Amino acid sequence: MREISNHILDILQNSVAAGATLVRTDISYSDDDKKLKVVITDNGKGMDEKTLASVEDPFSTSRKTRSVGLGIPLYKYHAILTGGDFSIKSKLGVGTCVKAVFCTDNIDCMPLGNLVDAILTTISSNHSVRFVFTFKVDDKCFEFDTNDVKDILHNQEGFCDLTVYFYLREFMTSNINKVNGGKLQL
Amino acid sequence: MKSLAELNAIKEKVLKEKTEAATKSGEIKVLVGMATCGIMAGAMPVMTALMQEVEKRQLKNVAVSQTGCIGLCNYEPIVEVLMPDMPKVTYIKVTPEKAVKIINDHIVNGKVIKEYTVDNIHWNKE
Repeated sequence: MREISNHILDILQNSVAAGATLVRTDISYSDDDKKLKVVITDNGKGMDEKTLASVEDPFSTSRKTRSVGLGIPLYKYHAILTGGDFSIKSKLGVGTCVKAVFCTDNIDCMPLGNLVDAILTTISSNHSVRFVFTFKVDDKCFEFDTNDVKDILHNQEGFCDLTVYFYLREFMTSNINKVNGGKLQL
Repeated sequence: MKSLAELNAIKEKVLKEKTEAATKSGEIKVLVGMATCGIMAGAMPVMTALMQEVEKRQLKNVAVSQTGCIGLCNYEPIVEVLMPDMPKVTYIKVTPEKAVKIINDHIVNGKVIKEYTVDNIHWNKE
């Protein structure tokens, strides 16, 4: 992984695979302490305590084809490496919350990267899932809810259309840049 | 900040074209492997390149979407092309440049790019 956005994309895939119907991605950055917080919350099937205890182990995975799963261990590693923080909370039948904190002034911190594409490709490939995305820098905030788009389109499959996709891409990029105001290196 | 208002204007046009195209020539699916392995190998820019080319050429019956781990992690990024009445074609180690060529040669002109496909792996050498 070269960007934090790649990890976000990866964790979103986990949420979708867990059968979530609502996935929240909350990204916030404070210019005072230079900390970037990424919180992904879903209402998927959740995990029991035993599974939860093993997810940070690279030799644990839910897939059947191979016995390694690197998504979460790598994400944790990259957050901790910056002097940040990482935690997962989960409850069977309720959902999962993955939280990572990156100290962006640390030399080992990856750039946030191409956030818009990470979020939008996941949205367009999983149009039956509701995604809520917030991007906050200090006191400015941008919120994007796929239900707002569905209300306008009256059609869930509207996300599959590329004209809509590229419109939303520009829409999100411009709003994220506005909220960010050059504070966080993207 | 920008609002979603402009979406109203493009909505009608888009939905009409979409249904017309899909009924006329059948849906073509382009799948990009996007599990941890695919993402690390660079599937994200490949997916964007595929979508940009499809949009540029206004190919309304082509759906580009993500899929999970295809099982050949060391050959990621992997792109699968599913066209009606044709066997599935799996492209390996795709780059944004190769992605554009896949859309042009395979999807538009119906010619499979053999040197990019999974059949081209020399199993005993690697």
